[in-house]
Amino acid sequence: MNTEVHAHDHHDDHDDHGPAKGVGRWLFSTNHKDIGTMYLIFSLTMFFIGGAMAMVIRSELAIPGLQFVHPEFFNQMTTMHALIMVFGAVMPAFVGLANWMIPMMIGAPDMALPRMNNWSFWILPVAFGILLSTLLMPGGSPAGGWTMYPPLVLQTGDSFPFLIFSVHLMGISSIMGAINIIVTVINMRAPEMSLLKMPMFVWTWLITAYLLIAVMPVLAGAVTMLLTDQFFGTSFFLAAGGGDPVMFQHIFWFFGHPEVYIMILPAFGVVSEIIPTFSRKKLFGHDSMVYAASCIAFLSFIVWAHHMFTVGMPLTGQLFFMFATMLIAVPTGVKIFNWVATMWRGAMTFETPMLFSLAFVFLFTIGGFSGLMLAVAPADVQYHDTYFVVAHFHYVLVPGSVFAIMAGAYYWLPKWTGYMYNETLGKVHFWASTIFVNLTFFPMHFLGLAGMPRRIPDYSTQFADFNTVASIGAIGFGLSQLLFVWVLLTSKQGEKATDRVWEGSHGLEWTVPSPAPYHTFETPPKYRIADEAFE
Amino acid sequence: MIRNTLLSFLGLSLAGSAKADWALNMPKGITDLSLETYNLHMMVFWWCVAIGIAVFGVMIFSLFKHRKSSGAEPATFSHSTTAEVIWTAIPVVILILMAVPTAETMVKMEDSRNPDLSIMVTAYQWKWHYKYQDTGVEFYSSLARTSMAARRKESGIDPFSVDNYLLEVDKPVVVPKGAKVRLLFTSNDVIHSWWVVDLAIKKDAIPGIVNEAWFNANATGTYRGQCAELCGKDHGYMPIVVEVVEPEAFAAWVTSHDAEQ
Repeated sequence: MNTEVHAHDHHDDHDDHGPAKGVGRWLFSTNHKDIGTMYLIFSLTMFFIGGAMAMVIRSELAIPGLQFVHPEFFNQMTTMHALIMVFGAVMPAFVGLANWMIPMMIGAPDMALPRMNNWSFWILPVAFGILLSTLLMPGGSPAGGWTMYPPLVLQTGDSFPFLIFSVHLMGISSIMGAINIIVTVINMRAPEMSLLKMPMFVWTWLITAYLLIAVMPVLAGAVTMLLTDQFFGTSFFLAAGGGDPVMFQHIFWFFGHPEVYIMILPAFGVVSEIIPTFSRKKLFGHDSMVYAASCIAFLSFIVWAHHMFTVGMPLTGQLFFMFATMLIAVPTGVKIFNWVATMWRGAMTFETPMLFSLAFVFLFTIGGFSGLMLAVAPADVQYHDTYFVVAHFHYVLVPGSVFAIMAGAYYWLPKWTGYMYNETLGKVHFWASTIFVNLTFFPMHFLGLAGMPRRIPDYSTQFADFNTVASIGAIGFGLSQLLFVWVLLTSKQGEKATDRVWEGSHGLEWTVPSPAPYHTFETPPKYRIADEAFE
Repeated sequence: MIRNTLLSFLGLSLAGSAKADWALNMPKGITDLSLETYNLHMMVFWWCVAIGIAVFGVMIFSLFKHRKSSGAEPATFSHSTTAEVIWTAIPVVILILMAVPTAETMVKMEDSRNPDLSIMVTAYQWKWHYKYQDTGVEFYSSLARTSMAARRKESGIDPFSVDNYLLEVDKPVVVPKGAKVRLLFTSNDVIHSWWVVDLAIKKDAIPGIVNEAWFNANATGTYRGQCAELCGKDHGYMPIVVEVVEPEAFAAWVTSHDAEQ
């Protein structure tokens, strides 16, 4: 993903100014491509750090009995794994893709607020530096789960204020990123690109950005109340002082449920770009896809308490949240049907981005099915806080969000580097990932149904077999991801990429040279001409 | 069958376990409501299977039939209002079919009126306290010594050699068969969750709040569960054991308990 050399070539060709030299180029960058690259590298780094923690978890759980870590460290690992993967790996990866691709997709020269863009990125290494430093503190890192439920989270040791501060920083970074995307998309589209003509990736990100602005301040409020409960004598969530521990859960999940769509809507967007390209056919029902994504975003605000069916809610409350949750299946179904209809009677080829996207459609749907099962409140009482839930959210997040990110990376990599990656390696990476991801997470459904709770470091012997299978799968999945790094490192050894890269690609980003010059679309393109050129 | 055999072989060779099983599904449990819950679970599961066969079937057919290498020419259609109305309407109908029986079960679950017996369950880090409301029987229930010894890191004790490893307590809860038992939950410190899969009860024990749930067991026997809400370092070590006995045996148990106290 190093664009430096090629950007210099274009520096000579064109009369624009290229990147600054040395470390200053990255520290002070206001260029959306450089910042996008930094986001993506940061996200990949966090993916491996969070992944290493997952390896600790799965190694400990491979057989019954404690072999490697103590229960308190195990809890630190599950908590940190979740925080790092959610806020450090998945979200920044999508912001990285947005930074790189949104200006090029809408014909804008850069993001609307380039200095804020720089800031929103550079806050992240600070936030995660603080969070990771808690591993070295007395009492270790936070161990109360990424959901930070009080009163347990208030038992955290010295790392507690650092946890709160790093979550604040992550929130500030996300809000700034979201503002930037909204302003860019609303104001800087090419002339003639009306809102409904925008590519799906831009659309899903626009909706995601609104979700971020709506819910990140809610999370900030919730953790601030934890902070004042701990240090300033308030009792928002402390029963002894007249507070309510369940209120935290309501506030947290009012953030937390839209958050899951923040992690999946951009994935929908990526897949909606890739499937038409490799089916050589237009996206089926573009407008209804937009309406479906908007519906999902709206519904995400009124379903939060389905995470709380066991806290003791009134019957009417349970019924409302169950019905609302079931409704989400409708727009989600529309999206899946539209992808299948896009493939239908197309002329498909199966390059790595398409393979990851197809696996996304299959495996995300499986995660959707278990989601529908979880919506059924009496059954949820049995599933809640078991490995069934762990299986569910890993299905929508790993072969869901992470596969979509991988698909996007392979799809746009030739545009970023100017070279085709090694297709054989890419396919090996895909098949290894797909086999191992299922080996890891499918048996977890059975474990949960049989009665294994989540977040336990050791378990009774009847759960031994499937846990061993899951651990083998997890180690395999972890190792497979090293292939991805190899693909990236060798990406410059391939053939030179054409401007259009893929036979069926469409849209403005494919009208600029590969690799994309340091500055693109300094004069707005004629959107309609670019669009029709490919039809 | 073949798959199960293969998996068992894999498991035996890896874990060397004779006791482990390959349970695939939720148990039906021992109450009317646990059976209803199981049936709801299976109903949604089969709907998902049916939808999955339809969607994946079309998709797999397309993946084989509409590929460039077999000379497919891409069609040009990109929307169809009829199709979209159909695949919006059908899921709505399916959801209504699912929601109605589910709501009926939920109404029953919430009806804890007129219990025969009430037990106050108080959660502690990391054990349970049970207090039988009318008889005055009360006791703590924590992880059994055999598991306590084996759970330590480098304990040298093979978990497979311990009966009901991590699922055995020193004093189980004893309840009569065929009686409506109401459980009241609260906590002394952090949030815990009382879960016994065969009773289809999972309810959070929350400081400052009293939650309730009820069951009426149809079978005698010993039923095991665990804390289901992360409650600190020993969250994995606070099991629950419920013994359902005949009403006469229950009366005798209460009397012997009174004598002890």
